[in-house]
Amino acid sequence: MADTVLTPTRIQDGKQETARWHAQRRRTWILFLIPALVVYTVFMAFPLFNSMRLSLYQGQGLTPDRFVGLENYAELFTNPIWRDRFFNALGNTFIFFFIHMLVQNTLGLLFATLISNPALRGRNVYRAIVFLPATLSILVTGFLWTLILNPRWGMLNQLLEMVGLGSLARPWLGDKALALPAISLVSSWQWVGLPTMLFLAGLLTISDDLVEAAKVDGASGWQIFWRIKLPLLKPVIGIVSVLTFVGNFNAFDVVFAMAGARGEPGYATDLLATFFYRTAIAGEHPVAQPNMGIGAAVATIMFLILMTGVSIWLYFGRERRDTQA
Amino acid sequence: MTRRIDLNMVAAHAILITWSLVVLVPIWTMIINSVKPRREIFQNPFGLPSEITFEGYSSAWLAGRFDLYFRNSLIVTVVSLLLILFIGSLAAYALANWRSRVSGIMYIYFIAGLMIPIRLGTINLFTIVQRLGLSDNLFGLVLIYTAMGMPIATFVLTSFIRSVPEELTEAARIDGAGEWRIYQRIILPLIRPAMATVAIFNIIPIWNDLWFPLILIRTQESRTVTLGVTLLFGQYQTDWTRALAALSLAAIPVLIAYLLMSSQFIKGLTAGALKG
Repeated sequence: MADTVLTPTRIQDGKQETARWHAQRRRTWILFLIPALVVYTVFMAFPLFNSMRLSLYQGQGLTPDRFVGLENYAELFTNPIWRDRFFNALGNTFIFFFIHMLVQNTLGLLFATLISNPALRGRNVYRAIVFLPATLSILVTGFLWTLILNPRWGMLNQLLEMVGLGSLARPWLGDKALALPAISLVSSWQWVGLPTMLFLAGLLTISDDLVEAAKVDGASGWQIFWRIKLPLLKPVIGIVSVLTFVGNFNAFDVVFAMAGARGEPGYATDLLATFFYRTAIAGEHPVAQPNMGIGAAVATIMFLILMTGVSIWLYFGRERRDTQA
Repeated sequence: MTRRIDLNMVAAHAILITWSLVVLVPIWTMIINSVKPRREIFQNPFGLPSEITFEGYSSAWLAGRFDLYFRNSLIVTVVSLLLILFIGSLAAYALANWRSRVSGIMYIYFIAGLMIPIRLGTINLFTIVQRLGLSDNLFGLVLIYTAMGMPIATFVLTSFIRSVPEELTEAARIDGAGEWRIYQRIILPLIRPAMATVAIFNIIPIWNDLWFPLILIRTQESRTVTLGVTLLFGQYQTDWTRALAALSLAAIPVLIAYLLMSSQFIKGLTAGALKG
């Protein structure tokens, strides 16, 4: 009885009608999917794959048309014009990423642990403040900190002098050894809200009973954090790490704002994305002409690095899910 | 016992207040110094201004045509968001209801974009946009941002629509309503919270994007706020009042929006990131 009510067409012509009904529904679904599919394919998926294909081509103008096999990669890895800057940018990108892991994510975990305490007064205000820089344009953040770190007016140096630490004042962004850490810290300042919120969401799912039971057994706050909370946060740590990885391996704006497209001083802050910008779009010194083939090779390498990172995360994530099941 | 807990609280507040200062002092100095006369910025960078001047703002606004940049950024952001929400929810509705191998594959195809930065396709994207006659055109930016928003939109909305009780849509189907009507009358009103999440997750990256305007926009007519700030900042490197005014102009609208609805922002961005 219920069956006839659900599909009234069956009462009359049975299977044929049902088949027609299904075909019609399928057409509707396809119609609904088309706009999204077209936009996503034309402006994201296709260019992404085609860019990788172009890394096997060379030539003048917008679309390289001469097939050269892996020559672009060989150039990139051996020709000193590209090689030195490429490996320099690759190394800098790893340093940039590790500083975020170390500073941004550790601070995020610390803030989340403090804010997750329900007895803490003003926790919503703290939460809003920690997250606030993430809403600013990275560009605004970058420019603003360029002014703050400036050796002439630089508030940071003035502040150091005010508290009697004037000897620590430095031309932060002009020093080859300090510029990259300084920029990484500015970027961490901006994004620390994201890991904080993710850790906070993770901490709030840990049941109070578990923590209470540990307290009854005489565990200290420190022990509860290390032995109970941190192990339970593992999945969140994984997500935070992979997001930090993906976000930082194509970071561009903060370096562009604070050190220009060439990663001043002397390429000390050059990242893969700024290198990619110069090779593919702006033109790399001293050639000063964009080289689409080499640029495409750089983009492909960035893609492979990202995929490796994400795969590692997926692999270990799956392993964990399996052991839990 | 109580004393130890208090000490912990004191330490927690000390840490969080210190960080709050690290966040707020730079933003405070940006805004406060943008209304100071030039000389005072150097003499007294942290204090209140002795006289307020909007000279920096008026010259940045006029020289930089910020009225135009704001209009452009607003158009790009709003149109992109509307498109993402409309075609994203349509696709999500189909993906949630159409159980077949094809739809499963399409779902994975959309989701695969979650972890891949669209930037990596720039080389070919540049050519495509140019061939379509959309370079130096706001609509070119809109289409790129819409494509960029598809993975998160389909991901969040599909799982949300799957959680809608089937009785609701089934009843309408028996009454002979077409899928378009069901989408319009039943699904759209129900998925509003998920739409808000998708909107908030996309709004900040789109409004703040520099990469694509930098590459695709050539004329002043189509500049967005971030691109305008970049160019102005380059010109005003030594004129702090104006440079800070330009930065404040770009930051203040977002800051106000954030202060008005910070919890929605945090919820939306965190949900999006978690799902990403």
